[in-house]
Amino acid sequence: MPAPLPGAIDCDLHIAVPQTRTLVPFLDEYWADHVRIRGVESQSYQMSSLPPRAPLSVRPDWQASDGALPGSHFGDLKSKVLDQFKLKFAVCNCIHGTQIMLSEDMSLAFCKATNDWLAKEWLDRDPRLRASIVVPAESPELAAEEIERVAIDRRFVQILMLAMGERPLGRRSYWPIYRAAEFHKLPIGIHAGSNYRHPPSSIGWPSYYLEDYVAQAQAFAAQLLSLVTEGVFVKFPELKIVMMESGVTWLPGTIWRADKTWRAVRFEVPWLHQAPGEVIRDHVRFTIQPFDAPSRREQLERLLEQLGSEDILLFSTDYPHWHFDGDDAVPDGLPDALVRKMLFDNPLMTYPRLSHTARDSLE
Amino acid sequence: MNIHLANAKSPVETEGKAHLGFVDCDIHPMFKSPTELQEFLPKRWREHAATVGRRSRGPFAATSSYPRISPGNGMRGNAWPSNGGPPGSDLELMRSQLLDLFEVRHGIMLPLGGGASDERNVDFGAALATAMNDWQATVWSDRESRLLGSVQISLENQNAAIGEIEKRAGDRRFAQVMIPPRSIEPLGRRRYLPILEACAANGFPIALHLGGVGGHPPTGTGWPSYYHEEHPSYVQTNEALTTSLVIEGVFERVPKLKAVLVEGGFAWLPALKWRLDKHFTRMRDEVPHLRRLPSEYIHDHIWVTTQPIEEPKRREDLLDILEWIGWDRVMFSTDYPHWDQDDPRYAFRTHIPDAQKRMIMRDNALAFYGLD
Amino acid sequence: MAKYVVALASQIPPGQCKIVSAAGREIGVYNIDNAFYALVNRCPHEGAAVCRGDIVGRPDSDMPGTYRLIQRGEMVRCPWHGWLFEIKTGQSWCDSATRARSIPVVVETGEALTRGLFQAETVPVTVEDRYIVLEF
Repeated sequence: MPAPLPGAIDCDLHIAVPQTRTLVPFLDEYWADHVRIRGVESQSYQMSSLPPRAPLSVRPDWQASDGALPGSHFGDLKSKVLDQFKLKFAVCNCIHGTQIMLSEDMSLAFCKATNDWLAKEWLDRDPRLRASIVVPAESPELAAEEIERVAIDRRFVQILMLAMGERPLGRRSYWPIYRAAEFHKLPIGIHAGSNYRHPPSSIGWPSYYLEDYVAQAQAFAAQLLSLVTEGVFVKFPELKIVMMESGVTWLPGTIWRADKTWRAVRFEVPWLHQAPGEVIRDHVRFTIQPFDAPSRREQLERLLEQLGSEDILLFSTDYPHWHFDGDDAVPDGLPDALVRKMLFDNPLMTYPRLSHTARDSLE
Repeated sequence: MNIHLANAKSPVETEGKAHLGFVDCDIHPMFKSPTELQEFLPKRWREHAATVGRRSRGPFAATSSYPRISPGNGMRGNAWPSNGGPPGSDLELMRSQLLDLFEVRHGIMLPLGGGASDERNVDFGAALATAMNDWQATVWSDRESRLLGSVQISLENQNAAIGEIEKRAGDRRFAQVMIPPRSIEPLGRRRYLPILEACAANGFPIALHLGGVGGHPPTGTGWPSYYHEEHPSYVQTNEALTTSLVIEGVFERVPKLKAVLVEGGFAWLPALKWRLDKHFTRMRDEVPHLRRLPSEYIHDHIWVTTQPIEEPKRREDLLDILEWIGWDRVMFSTDYPHWDQDDPRYAFRTHIPDAQKRMIMRDNALAFYGLD
Repeated sequence: MAKYVVALASQIPPGQCKIVSAAGREIGVYNIDNAFYALVNRCPHEGAAVCRGDIVGRPDSDMPGTYRLIQRGEMVRCPWHGWLFEIKTGQSWCDSATRARSIPVVVETGEALTRGLFQAETVPVTVEDRYIVLEF
């Protein structure tokens, strides 16, 4: 991208919880006391699936000025992203290990605290900021309650889940989350990351973080297949899914294979009346960082044809993660019309709450 | 008006001969009966098989977690021999439906269901592997010289595995060593390195055919509900395997090793190369043992077979994929006699130029396996 | 366009298929509730002998977790890749753009046949019986 286009909507950037104790003032009395007694507040709950200081996780010039966790300073986010890219809106994803704690109740308490902290310490400070609701995803009933509580604040525009959890996300046990999401017009944002209840791949635990990171794309593919196969979009026809930091270029091959399997095996899941590729194009969106683009221009052109839709890509910087340098947030070689859709139209179509806000602010 | 009913005509229209004479890189010979293999076991293990029996890491003692779409654990409906036994168990039918029908030049056998590799009692596993290898050689290759076997090993029994590999080295009846892709740890981890070294040292490529019960869910996010998801999940396993072999540095340590990924299709490979290269450039300090781009290791060391071939809506999209992988790295396979097998006449639903088609159908495999 | 007398109607009871030969093609003739339909015995997907497949119903569902079987006995399941085809039309249930070739069938009395111009290359005809006639 030669220069940032004013008014773009960034659909994936990150806010870091500086320390666990940051959230304590936002816990209710019981849990504040409990976590103090156990010393939980002084433990780090950074997630091992997203090590915050790995090269992929922080662009060199997006390090926090004082050595704090990347993404934990409002001032950095404002100057390096909101102002630099002249954004209209930015959808913030706050991923923190308290969201994947095994104790459902402690996790819920921290998720509530995180949502309230996001509203007060971030959303209140800049009208361009929007956020995803964080939930204890493995406790769908509790997650749905939290969605109901927070959805009243229309600056929360989606629900955050991880690419790797206990069960594939199409499983019916997760449906209370989707019911709440559809009702409130909140897309489900699935972000790279794992609670490591399973190895990151079917072949066990790899040695290197690079392998885990690459494997995220395979988990996204598995989630796509699960959501489609289980009929989530049949049950919740208005539901949208956003895959964030998933990579994009694996999608055509995945669709071809899924469609091929569907033709033979659809009798196993007779509610699936459309080929998976059509369902995916109707219901699933992808943020563009990282894109994992091919090296040659003509390959990219062919690949965009294979993707077969201009509606599925959403602009993102993935701040402070390191996928590009300077202002090159849009992969080279994308046609102008697609770029415009990606920066403006597609995000508005995906996040109904952004349009409402825009209209509200006009009034 | 006195002509009689006759059904002698071939059910399919006459095609040209371009599909004939290929090398089939994935044929599944089957046991005539569940006990056929036991004849190849020593007495001690025959008794074990008859009492404790086989024990893998899956929930069912004698079948897979996901019911397939057809009887016989996913067999092609018209491949059942009339003389009993399951599809793939009768050489004459295999000849008439595959080897002779298509004048197959060589057929690479990848026997499934022997249980050697996943057996938790690794001594039993080693005995099963030896039995499977004797069975392939005597029941199949000795009777039909076009059929070449895949050396079975117990992956968790290193000494026995290396012994078995060395024992079969130089035996022209074996083309490769078969390693289950879903193992306890990723195949690139060091615990498996001595076995991979033995394969290369004895001139065997490794074949990674879908299957295996490593005890982990088929996805990084747990167990899917349906075969509709499990069938494509082998693509993700192939991606994980490729990642592991490359990033763990196997090809730096064993530069002569060649691997073929079987029965996972191939359209996934270009995007994986791009993704690996992209993130390798960020994370290269973590993997200083790699001296080249991941995509370069892939091109030099990894081959793919075609089946189940992807069927893009725009059929010509397949040509891009083949071009991006490299025409010299793709080898045709039918997967006879499984339900999802590909027919050499119709598998490529787009025109492939003759020179490239010859490579995929025959020449790549001849070079890969060192065959005539 | 020619007409081919391929079988006695009585040779194909309801719920069954008979594979016949006409003009060098194999054709599966089906009896569904005493109406006759015919498909060329070649799967448009990968060429398999589709009419050798099981005659089945079609699974249907409005919502995940609910199941019903409709069009019982009206579908054929290809023995290779399991694609379902509607016997009456040849329409694939698995790929909307794909159709097995359907052949028009009429049932004629032997008396009518002896008067008409037919290529009854396969079946001896007698006046009192009813015959399956394919036209293509």
